[in-house]
Amino acid sequence: MAVMTYRDALNEALREEMQRDGDVFLMGEEVAEYDGAYKVSKGLLNAFGDRRVVDSPISELGFAGLGVGAAMTGLRPVIEFMTFNFSILALDQVINSAAKMHYMTNGQIGCPIVFRGPTGAALQLSAQHSQACETYYVHAPGVKLVTPGTPADAKGLLKASIRDDDPVAFMEGELLYNLKGEVPDDDDFVIPLGVADVKKEGDDVTIITHGKMVNVAMQAAQKMEKDDGVMAEVVDLRTLRPLDVDAVLASVKKTNRAVYLEEGWSYVGIGAQIVSLVQEEAFDWLDAPILRVTQADVPMPYAKNLENLAKPNAKRVIDACHRVMYR
Amino acid sequence: MTTDTATESETMADALHGVSPDTARQLLNDMLLYRRFEEKAEEAYAIGKIGGFCHLHIGQEGVAAGCIAPLRDSDYAISAYREHTQAIAKGIEPKHVMAELFGRVDGCSGGKGGSMHLFDIEKRFMGGHGIVGGQVPLASGIAFSIRYRELDELVICFMGDAAVNQGGFHEAMNMSAVWDLPAIYVVENNAYGMGTAFTRVSRNPIDEKALSYGIPATVVNGQDVLETYATFTQLAAKVRAGEGPQFVDVRTYRFKGHSMSDPVSGTYRSKEEVDDRVEHQDPIAILRDTLFEADELDQATLEEYDAEAKEAAQAAFDFADAAELPEPDALYRDVYAELNPNGRLFFDGLDRPDFAR
Ligand SMILES: Cc1ncc(C[n+]2csc(CCOP(=O)(O)OP(=O)(O)O)c2C)c(N)n1
Ligand SMILES: [Mg+2]
Repeated sequence: MAVMTYRDALNEALREEMQRDGDVFLMGEEVAEYDGAYKVSKGLLNAFGDRRVVDSPISELGFAGLGVGAAMTGLRPVIEFMTFNFSILALDQVINSAAKMHYMTNGQIGCPIVFRGPTGAALQLSAQHSQACETYYVHAPGVKLVTPGTPADAKGLLKASIRDDDPVAFMEGELLYNLKGEVPDDDDFVIPLGVADVKKEGDDVTIITHGKMVNVAMQAAQKMEKDDGVMAEVVDLRTLRPLDVDAVLASVKKTNRAVYLEEGWSYVGIGAQIVSLVQEEAFDWLDAPILRVTQADVPMPYAKNLENLAKPNAKRVIDACHRVMYR
Repeated sequence: MTTDTATESETMADALHGVSPDTARQLLNDMLLYRRFEEKAEEAYAIGKIGGFCHLHIGQEGVAAGCIAPLRDSDYAISAYREHTQAIAKGIEPKHVMAELFGRVDGCSGGKGGSMHLFDIEKRFMGGHGIVGGQVPLASGIAFSIRYRELDELVICFMGDAAVNQGGFHEAMNMSAVWDLPAIYVVENNAYGMGTAFTRVSRNPIDEKALSYGIPATVVNGQDVLETYATFTQLAAKVRAGEGPQFVDVRTYRFKGHSMSDPVSGTYRSKEEVDDRVEHQDPIAILRDTLFEADELDQATLEEYDAEAKEAAQAAFDFADAAELPEPDALYRDVYAELNPNGRLFFDGLDRPDFAR
């Protein structure tokens, strides 16, 4: 195992997949000469040249659509959005073209493309730059959604996403890029899509989550264990479509109590879907209603004190766990 | 004798681009304030008083002073995220801009917007927008509204050079042209969008983009604030006369990094290039020297202006630093303009103030 940052893990995954398959190319704003706005693509221009690592104009709708067209003819584009906030400009091509291509062509034309970049809030970037965009993408059948929360998952899942034959939205986190963790040395380390990971075992309560919030869930679980011996199980979904429903149900059937933690808004959020699934398929195992911990239902404010109030944190997760345990 | 005097004053008027010495001195005053304000913001960012992104306008002050000074209070201005000095130019007090950068309740957006989202409806400063190009269609909408109500007003819309590659820009240009909207679209052409040189992402020059929609386009040296001022005075008159939109490619240069956390130079532009521009293309130095040469400014006056500018910047800092943080209840305030008596608007399961039940 090598210890590396989430950023370097992504970089390795890109590098390995580009080496492996000459049809893989990277396009986006500042990905080449500037080494990436967050340095994820560092050194790739040098390694692969400007045919395969392409700086785009600030034209999200245009280069997302260009990527879809390239994918329709067999290339495997990795389209970087500087952040997913800006991908909202490109959603038409994602939802109306990429998501529907394979279906409306009766399977004649596929769309093996990856849209990647950071989602969610960093620090004090205010309303237009602090949005968790998962729901927009996962809502449309035809798109897959991957949200790694650790360096190992970042690497293994990005490689799988690039190899996948469907459009995959791959959502990272600005505040994750410097996170360090162990990554297997295996030079072909791939994590299949659709497999959740139990990040911590426990039998008192299940915290289900994805993406950056995995780390907040772990903090909460560790603190509960230390402070009052509560053993929380942390289920990291890792991919939201395909969704490892079995893993969710297995954990809920073990603990009988669950909390969903997500960075984004609650209304029609990811947690809403999970709650619906669990009550449909494991109602009799539940000892308490499932609670959700989310961002406050407001656009992200700039002021530090308000931003802190708006964001989910470990304390809120602990409170929610206590409530579902009636403590 | 008489001929000599005439020639002399003509030459002087020429050097000042027909701008009166008083106005020219005022522009110098304005730009000094903007420079000192931005330097103060830089300082505040370095000690953690300002968070998030902070995009300074240093080097581009002429594009605030020269473009906005010719306008009226009743005209609207809208911009992107590099807008601190334009907000001040449009009449927002520096202290209310600084307080916004600090995220305080006395900021012009109540501390909720921050550096990228400065707003003041009374001063008709319409933001402060963070999505590249996002403000351009909004400007066309403001212009549509002015024309709809048959008012003697206009909107000035600032954007960076990189914004002209957004689809929304092109759609908005076309509609403005077709409907003769009273707008001046200004590209602050500092030659780079972050680390990408404009010439790497566009085959044709910026003014051609507007010309292709039938909008008259002018190229201006934005480091010469007098030329800028004179041009915008004329263009505003044309727009007011009902001639439809105008487009200006203002050539300027960013002296600092893209935002506070970005390097000033690097692979995308050399240190020599930046140093050369700072030395020879500083809009404040250019105007100062023009006024010196025309005998319309002396060293003592210049120093007095600069001392005032520094004082104003410090006063803005002190005000912002002493201002309160927003009340916790502000988190839920203004998400909606109207809180309906029936049905639920908020869904986060958190403790909320009564008005957001
Ligand atoms: C739609 C969108 N894409 C990307 C970004 C990230 N970004 C912020 S500023 C910027 C460069 C813009 O350059 P330009 O328009 O020339 O303005 P300047 O910064 O030079 O003033 C980029 C890529 C963004 N804010 N919005
Ligand atoms: Mg620029």
